[in-house]
Amino acid sequence: MARVVSLYFPRWPTDRIRKAGSDGTPPPDKPMVVISRSGSKRSVCAADDAARKLGLRVGMPASKAQALVADLAMYDADPVGDLAALDKLALWMLRQYSPVVALDGVDGIVLDTEGADHLQGGEEMMLSGMVNRLRGVGVVARAAVADTWGAAHAIARLTAAEWTVVPVSETAKAVLELPIVCLRLAPETINGLRVLGIESVGQLSAMPRAPLTLRFGPEVGRRLDQLFGRVAEPIDPIRSPEIVEVNRLFAEPIGAAETIAKYVGRLVMELCADLETRGLGVRRADLIVHRVDNTIQAIRAGLAKPVRDDKRLTRLLTDRIEKIDPGFGIEKLSLVAVWSEPLEERQQSSSLIEESVVDVTPLVDVLGNRGQRIYRITPVASDVPERSFKRVGPMSEEAGIDWPSNWPRPSRLFAKPEEIEVMNVLPDSPPRTMTWRGKRRRIVRGDGPERVFGEWWLRDAELHAVRDYYVVEDENGERFWVYRAGDGVDTATGSHRWFLHGVFG
Amino acid sequence: MRTHVRPSGIIDELREQISKLEGGAARKAESLPFGIPEIDGKLPGGGLAFGALHEFAGGGSGTVDGAAAALMVAGIAARTKGKILWCLSRPDLFAPAISQAGLHPDRVIYVEADKEEDVLASFEEGLAFGGLGAVVGEIVRLPMVMSRRLQLAAEKSGTMGLALRRWRRQTEANDYGQPTASVTRWRISQLPSEDLPVAGVGRPRWLAELMRSRAGECAEFCVGACDGKGRLSLFPPMAYGQDQEGRVRWHTAS
Repeated sequence: MARVVSLYFPRWPTDRIRKAGSDGTPPPDKPMVVISRSGSKRSVCAADDAARKLGLRVGMPASKAQALVADLAMYDADPVGDLAALDKLALWMLRQYSPVVALDGVDGIVLDTEGADHLQGGEEMMLSGMVNRLRGVGVVARAAVADTWGAAHAIARLTAAEWTVVPVSETAKAVLELPIVCLRLAPETINGLRVLGIESVGQLSAMPRAPLTLRFGPEVGRRLDQLFGRVAEPIDPIRSPEIVEVNRLFAEPIGAAETIAKYVGRLVMELCADLETRGLGVRRADLIVHRVDNTIQAIRAGLAKPVRDDKRLTRLLTDRIEKIDPGFGIEKLSLVAVWSEPLEERQQSSSLIEESVVDVTPLVDVLGNRGQRIYRITPVASDVPERSFKRVGPMSEEAGIDWPSNWPRPSRLFAKPEEIEVMNVLPDSPPRTMTWRGKRRRIVRGDGPERVFGEWWLRDAELHAVRDYYVVEDENGERFWVYRAGDGVDTATGSHRWFLHGVFG
Repeated sequence: MRTHVRPSGIIDELREQISKLEGGAARKAESLPFGIPEIDGKLPGGGLAFGALHEFAGGGSGTVDGAAAALMVAGIAARTKGKILWCLSRPDLFAPAISQAGLHPDRVIYVEADKEEDVLASFEEGLAFGGLGAVVGEIVRLPMVMSRRLQLAAEKSGTMGLALRRWRRQTEANDYGQPTASVTRWRISQLPSEDLPVAGVGRPRWLAELMRSRAGECAEFCVGACDGKGRLSLFPPMAYGQDQEGRVRWHTAS
């Protein structure tokens, strides 16, 4: 079963005008509408949030809107420009999220993310990430993921939530209550159905099919079947001229893993030859599998650096060949370089004397495409231990910096410091005993305190916060990193409770 | 009478034949010495063999965290050349400590997986890749079949595999007695640190138990923890009765 994400941009025309940011674009708090014209009638076809708050609605005559709101910013509708901008956004999503992306009407994008969500940390993370990133550039979006295009489309448009995840095979439950406007039917059909008293999808699907078809044509039944996933609705992925694509059609559908692997190898050779003539290397390659039952499957290979090496690409794509379900057979394979970057040839220095440094990017690519998190850890200038490091990409520039080594650091740091009970005699000395996880230990040696101040220049709440860290060793030689929240004298600096933050080797 | 051929000659010849049969690895057995003759002398090849799997675990109550074993592994990796792949599923390793054991943060690439099988798969992939200094895998279980695959991958590429065993509960550590294909198996327990003339914690000390060594003997060493370059140092057996449990029988330092 596919997993389809539908994105809906309720204010696309106004958002686009603001985003384009040409001179004279009104500030976000100023109401703004887009006016479309049909014949001599001018009416509002999009209104931003500020305008909606003032009572302006889509479909309202332009003169009425102007009368209601003084000083209203009005723009002429530009459907071609809107569509072009949407196309650009879809191409970006093609690189970023999934190999199969298409436009969904004039105000939406649809993606098939089956097998692609794990690279974004799961479906919830993926959807919230999409919505937040779009909001960051000033585009209001609502997203939904479901088993079918129809369901995702309906839920994205008809629920108030910013993003919705419909669990696998719970589509029917999620859509039964929705009104029939979500069915992507012609307005006349919707009106006709309403006359019959049908309001929700549940009511419609309970109707006998034959009279419905007789009265409204086959479209109603088809849309219902698409909504529930009874018939497939393949998404035809968008392409742009700069995307390099090679295809192979099979007169006789193929299915065996070895056959697929063989043809993938040939397609990769073809693609690499094509890329070579353009001087490009591929960063993201998609293998799209068209099956005879008119469904599409895709395998994406991401690369940390542009690559034009057919062996490596073949390896990455065939690594996950078991994920392909050939069904009744595959009739077409396409290999698409959705993201390519210039790749210059460099002469390799002869390594007669010096040992050549081995490039580990092929390994990183293989592991990354299996969905593992790959990173390096690099220092951050912070005294607070849990903030003293950050993750960077595995192939990012080598920073060459290191942590200061004047104090020992534990080899295991607990994500959440664990509270301990201690007995100590002086505020400045390490504790004498500590009880951790129910076991009391006598402490024979200790070092400290190492005082860590809160980062008051970043966080107001930490203006007075202090932690005193001690290295302590119990009588068995086990060494721990403990701290007291607070300086031991002034209660404004912390709770004065003790915590265990890590264990030394 | 041409009867006596020196038996060692025959054995050498046979060894050569066997090594030829064993996957045609005409590779010279290379190893990474600790730089301490007492330890290197116990290891066949004079150090930890490259192209082999080595197992490390914490001893005593350190089995769950494996904190000392992790540092030991970091110190060994620090003394190799090239990038280090560190496969794990519980990201509680504190990178500054690893750097204090001599392993610069730029050299370590972490691979974090959700499942144990994925950690093992990354471990094997890293070993088979070749060109890495060492591959570290933090794993709970190491079945015989998997350890053999890892060992084969290491043999083929000549990369050192360092399996860092840690468990979620102390009782699970019984698993460490099960046979695996690893060439050496170590247990690193913490000992009271070096005595200082003033109050404070001195250089940490470990009891490094070589529990298994293929074609070698078991041994125990009392060592000072890795310094800033990943080197260990040998301590004389503690004569001053600091060890109150008396569970350790000390070897003399010769």
